Amino acid sequence: MTPQEIAALITERFGSRILESKPDAINPWSAVEPAAILEVSQFLRADDRLSMDHLELLGGVDYKDRIEVVYVLYSMKHRHRYTLKCRLPREAPVIHTVESVWAVANWHEREAYDMFGIVFDGHSDLRRILCPDDWEGYPLRKDYKAPKSYRDMPV
Amino acid sequence: MEVDYSGDVMTLNMGPQHPSTHGVLRLELKTDGEIVADAIPHIGYLHRCFEKHAENVDYPAVVPYTDRMDYCAAMNMELGYVLTVEKLMGIQVNNRVRCIRIIMAELDRIASHLIAAGTYGNDIGSFTPFLWCFRDRETILDLFEETCGARLLYNYNWIGGLMYDLKPGFEKRLIEFIDYFEPQVDKLNTLLSDNYIFIKRTAAVGILSPETAISYGVTGPNLRGSGVKFDVRKDEPYLGYQDIDFEIPVGKGEYGPLGSCWDRYMVRIREVKESCKIIRQAVAQLTPGDVHESIPKRVKPPAGDIYMRTECPRGELGYYIVSDGSLKPYRLKVKSPCFTVMSAFREVSRGTMISDVVAILGSFDIVLGEIDR
Amino acid sequence: MESIARLLQFIPRYDALPGIVRALLPVLVSCVVIFAALAIAVLFAVWLERKVSAHIQDRLGPMYVGGWHGWAQTLADALKLLLKEDIVPASADRLLYKMAPFIVFLGAFAAFVVVPFGASSFVSDLNIGVLYIVAVGSLSVIGIIMAGWASNNKYSLYGGMRAAAQIISYEIPSTIAIMTVIIPVGSLSMVDIVNAQKGGIQHWFLFRNPFIFLAFIVYFIASLAEVNRTPFDIPEAESELVAGYHTEYSGMRFAFFFLAEYANMFLVASVATTLFLGGWTQIIPASIAPQLVPGPILFFLKVLVIIFLQMWLRWSLPRLRVDQLMYLSWKVLLPISLVLVLSVGWLAVYW
Repeated sequence: MTPQEIAALITERFGSRILESKPDAINPWSAVEPAAILEVSQFLRADDRLSMDHLELLGGVDYKDRIEVVYVLYSMKHRHRYTLKCRLPREAPVIHTVESVWAVANWHEREAYDMFGIVFDGHSDLRRILCPDDWEGYPLRKDYKAPKSYRDMPV
Repeated sequence: MEVDYSGDVMTLNMGPQHPSTHGVLRLELKTDGEIVADAIPHIGYLHRCFEKHAENVDYPAVVPYTDRMDYCAAMNMELGYVLTVEKLMGIQVNNRVRCIRIIMAELDRIASHLIAAGTYGNDIGSFTPFLWCFRDRETILDLFEETCGARLLYNYNWIGGLMYDLKPGFEKRLIEFIDYFEPQVDKLNTLLSDNYIFIKRTAAVGILSPETAISYGVTGPNLRGSGVKFDVRKDEPYLGYQDIDFEIPVGKGEYGPLGSCWDRYMVRIREVKESCKIIRQAVAQLTPGDVHESIPKRVKPPAGDIYMRTECPRGELGYYIVSDGSLKPYRLKVKSPCFTVMSAFREVSRGTMISDVVAILGSFDIVLGEIDR
Repeated sequence: MESIARLLQFIPRYDALPGIVRALLPVLVSCVVIFAALAIAVLFAVWLERKVSAHIQDRLGPMYVGGWHGWAQTLADALKLLLKEDIVPASADRLLYKMAPFIVFLGAFAAFVVVPFGASSFVSDLNIGVLYIVAVGSLSVIGIIMAGWASNNKYSLYGGMRAAAQIISYEIPSTIAIMTVIIPVGSLSMVDIVNAQKGGIQHWFLFRNPFIFLAFIVYFIASLAEVNRTPFDIPEAESELVAGYHTEYSGMRFAFFFLAEYANMFLVASVATTLFLGGWTQIIPASIAPQLVPGPILFFLKVLVIIFLQMWLRWSLPRLRVDQLMYLSWKVLLPISLVLVLSVGWLAVYW
């Protein structure tokens, strides 16, 4: 399926919960309402025409006014790729986990939490993965200031 | 993930310093005698904030940082990044650059698989293949050293071209090496791959079913070992791989259930032979040219985001770059194949023995630099 | 020991010494001689191992220390280990920790008392020689368990437990394989066993009887497990347990474990040589020529062949997993050795 067809299909199915679609960009994407992400993910995985069984990348991006969670999805069966983006407010970035749809989301979401502070609702084991467990701050945010010391060691 | 432990469980730490965790990885094993009830990997010991660094330097200056992620296959790391930026900017490289990139990527693939095979033999207890593999890898590193001056971390693939052209006589030395090397793979098979004890240690262990593998995002030789025939070089070709004739080895479950450690290991050994084929064809397709031709004066990609993946020896390496039109990347996210494979480790190693945990970890062929970035 | 006793007569005023001293002195001198010979043999074996492993791995091994092919390398390493700091882990059980290496060494060393190196070159001709060797040789298990427990380290504990299970399991097929040799000889004395093989290669037990040939193979495999050599080196599996039961040992204590392992190798090779390869007797049949090479030298050469075989296997084969090891011992070697013993007994009765 071409990106235009995919965009049309999910807009038709989910209506206004798909906020924006750019299937002509070099990396075709659609912005999804954060509350609907679980349903959209399940549909993309289960539907035979789409069959997005491979979650390639789940990452956070910090824009000045919002934090975005990017989902790059790929279908091994149909060999097509599509990207979903969810925009979250910077003060309280909360979104539901897609761990139940793709098992690899477990670790990717832990990293997004570790680096951006995005809280994933329903995640089975949300704790830091790359930084030490008692680290303070979210390093990949644009306004992050490294602490002066960690456990009496200068940073 | 709640796990039910029955009986007395002892926590054994295969701690960050351990001869066979292939880097600084901490495995918290909950053992009941020799059986492992749960194996929880803890990573982050080698986290060097690559993604944060990439936001603070220019696009061309990110290339040495990418080297240091998977230091065993640095050429492929650079290649992935450079191809992503070139796709975002719409740069086309000439045939000479394309062929040299293929040659270097495949040589690095052979070198990386030799490390994987040698250290895997070491983990299983057979010390000799380690030395044989490293002896052959030395010639590859010599070839790299004469081309770009470095044995392990190259900074060779640049955005739009390469750092240096090949030295005169490189093709001759390369073909001599490939001619010498192909029979050595058969010798290695006789010593290790077809050894009865090795098969007994690996062929019924660490079964990863295709569905689990895809759900956990496992790619590369680990996925192909489970029987799924998928390789980025064939299914989403880049660098003109569609014009090169080679096979994709897939695990067939010859000595046990499909998706065992032996299958994954054997896929790598067979891939080495395929890489030799690819190198010969790339050398034949090599044309004279200027490798610095398409290198832009300033790398300033248009605003937007892009995701591109390449096949590195450990799986699919994906780069997601968000550009805001300036000289520095706004966001550079790496999807490293070893990261996703480690997320599957806990499920695959539950209920096995301690010796099997080592065998499974070795068959996944992880490099911590790539997991932690 | 008689020859040592005769040599000691030359000490001035030997007869004036009290009786008990005259009884114990030959014993002490023999022990020192055996220990010295063993130490030199182990030094040589370590150098040989490094050279054999190097050439199998397509490299050279020690080349500089001492001149010709680094023959003094082991001496240099032993000296280095002697000079290291003596560390005892803070929460280790001090007495057991310190005693463990000696007990492991004891198990190998004490068994050399009955091994005949030549026609009259042995310390003692016990009439239960073989039984004594099997009994004393299993003392080293105690030392290994002590080392594993006393180190207060989970890895060492794993190594100790695995070693105990392994050594005890493999003693059984090993002993039963030895019994196949006892049956034709009719005596447990090592000297009698060697004397029964006098006269050349056709008299060696290895070639006299197809069942004993198979018993040699069973004994060789079981003895590899007794000595913790690859493919049975699970207790010291470096890639899994760091170093197993000797993880916490360094310096001279570690050197002692090393010495004990190679002494054990020599013991097992000596027993195999004595029982199956004719001990110190000649290779060429007696009808062609009498024995020209002195007994001890021929004995050492035969032991060297077996040790070379052990080293060759170590550097070629991977390691077996614990349960596969147990399976091999209980379900493969044990039934085979029982069948072999019965067959040899049947042959002895009906032939």
